[in-house]
Amino acid sequence: MTHKTINIEGLARVEGEGSLYLKIAGDRVEEVRLKIFEPPRFFEALLRGRAYAEAPDITSRICGICPVAYQMSAVHAIERAFGIRVDGPLRALRRLLYCGEWIESHTLHIYLLHAPDFLGYESGLAMAKDHPAVVQRGLELKKVGNEIMALIGGREIHPINVRVGGFYRVPSKKELAALAPRLEWARDAARETVRWVATFSFPDVEHDYEFVALRHPEEYPFNEGRVVSDKGLDIAVGNFEEEIIEAQVPHSTALHASLRGRGAYVAGPMARYHLNFDRLSPAAQEAARAAGLSATCRNFFRSIIVRAVEVLYACDEALRLIEAYEPPEAPSVPVEPRAGVGSAATEAPRGILYHRYRIDERGLIQEAKIVPPTSQNQGSIEDDLRRFAERHLDLPDEQLTRRCEQVIRNFDPCISCATHFLRLEIDRHASDGHDERGA
Amino acid sequence: MTPRAGRSGGTEKPKLAVWKFASCDGCQLSLLDCEDELLAIADRLEVAYFREASRAVVEGPYDLSLVEGSISTPDDAQRIRRVREASTRLVTIGACATAGGIQALRNFQHAGEFLAAVYATPAYISTLATSTPISSHVKVDFELQGCPVNPRQLLDVISAFLHGRKPNTPPHSVCVECKRRGTVCVMVAHGTPCLGPVTHDGCGALCPAYDRGCYGCFGPKETPNTASLSGWWRRLGVDEPALVRAFRSFNAWAEPFREESRKHDAQND
Repeated sequence: MTHKTINIEGLARVEGEGSLYLKIAGDRVEEVRLKIFEPPRFFEALLRGRAYAEAPDITSRICGICPVAYQMSAVHAIERAFGIRVDGPLRALRRLLYCGEWIESHTLHIYLLHAPDFLGYESGLAMAKDHPAVVQRGLELKKVGNEIMALIGGREIHPINVRVGGFYRVPSKKELAALAPRLEWARDAARETVRWVATFSFPDVEHDYEFVALRHPEEYPFNEGRVVSDKGLDIAVGNFEEEIIEAQVPHSTALHASLRGRGAYVAGPMARYHLNFDRLSPAAQEAARAAGLSATCRNFFRSIIVRAVEVLYACDEALRLIEAYEPPEAPSVPVEPRAGVGSAATEAPRGILYHRYRIDERGLIQEAKIVPPTSQNQGSIEDDLRRFAERHLDLPDEQLTRRCEQVIRNFDPCISCATHFLRLEIDRHASDGHDERGA
Repeated sequence: MTPRAGRSGGTEKPKLAVWKFASCDGCQLSLLDCEDELLAIADRLEVAYFREASRAVVEGPYDLSLVEGSISTPDDAQRIRRVREASTRLVTIGACATAGGIQALRNFQHAGEFLAAVYATPAYISTLATSTPISSHVKVDFELQGCPVNPRQLLDVISAFLHGRKPNTPPHSVCVECKRRGTVCVMVAHGTPCLGPVTHDGCGALCPAYDRGCYGCFGPKETPNTASLSGWWRRLGVDEPALVRAFRSFNAWAEPFREESRKHDAQND
């Protein structure tokens, strides 16, 4: 039996520091390890003793690609601990801010990180030499997402305007209206993007993943909803930790999450799309169908189309929110700290981002727990790698390596996010039969 | 701009490298956020090493290395030396690389306590007890402050090093920029505690323009009078623990903020 290993030191075009190790024996993949060596930064520990008001600013620093997601999960969790509800135009502005982040993050991934795999380039910059107009369109579309974040959040990376209870300052109707023409352009560009990525060639691989996403009674989910799956999970966010278990594995500075008793699952655009297709705007549904997608997509290579459909939805939704906007009477609702526990899950570009805080009567954080989407997807990424590699062991190493990288990028992993994240609580799960050392 | 000849001689394009240590990726993303300039940069420079953007790796030496992130593991303490050796110019970008970042809060804990609380199975991980700026390990040619850096300033730094000039990043406080923008002082007019008087400009005085006090994400300005500002904050009713927290955030390990926070930390008494 021939043995060989594929080792990719330093994965490119993903956010953060990771590597891949595949051990192959004959026609079998013996071991797959998506190794994450991003240095841990211990956010959950350093949040202890900080004031509740600092949580959105501190947790946004976990990830420069999706800071709004961290801010949204933080403020909603803390508001729940204090018994506050933020509604009306403030709620709408939070949704709009999130639209900006989805447009920015997804477009970055589609054009600069993922598309080069399909078209055979080392980078989006190299791709731009042959396809300048396409890459320009992508950059301009990404910029529109950034413009939403800059107007509402103050800046694109680590926005400064989000607070528990609302915002520090809210835009006038006129300020928001100025975004509308840009978004109308962006909506067309997003539609073009869906068409463009649908022309790529996709390997014929499907798998029966368990998809987990938020589900809201009326909306495509951003900040609210129950945590549901296509295999029967349907829980309130407050029960998240009873059903979703995190464990430490030796080869990673990130924790792996799995569903109690069921194992690996998938969060993110593919899961959101599958569980909420009926909540997409008519234009987004139509574009998806025209791109050859049905209401379910189980081929992760096609996740690039799903991301493009979500960009189109985010443009539609942003335009709707801007049209309907009437400025609130105050930029935030009153906040009275009290002792309590609150949790929230919101839909980061890469999937469910869960936060829980225990806060004392002075408003100081006593305990924080954060579960980012990439920890949730690590198990499924490794499973996909194993399946894909076993089917393609005949490929020369160089090609197998490239395709395995693509399998990883299909999930748009954010390794900076996944690495927070080593906590005291980890050993608690050892007794429930979950294998701590396995992937 | 006319690129100067690279270190490797001849007329090739100068080689740019972007390195990541412990960080959130936001500062290197700032480069990809220069949507209008990105393709021009890629045209005039050889993007020789930039993992977040490209799988292509061109061997060093590099004319300009941009370094994001702090040093928090034994491996990274070695790696930064190799980066320095391979780089003609090395510029740190952002609060992590320049001041140790928010993760430098661990530096204030009593030895062992913090890490023992965090590790479940420490054998799997290798980490240092501190998070330190790049300048604690190797010579740095320029430090660009900010959490995150300002993309305009980042472009200016790249352009400056290619032309052999000094970057244009004024070391004055956020206050100067508030005056220039015509923003009413949030501390004087509204009694909102603000770190603006001791904080390096670069954000364009963003927070006061959004009716909130500056929280110091660009780190200390040149010669900040932190003691005086603490006095003003106390008069606004801010207690000692809150003062400690204010100086201990994204630039906690920058010396002026570090020393001021220690003065208010009861654990030091």
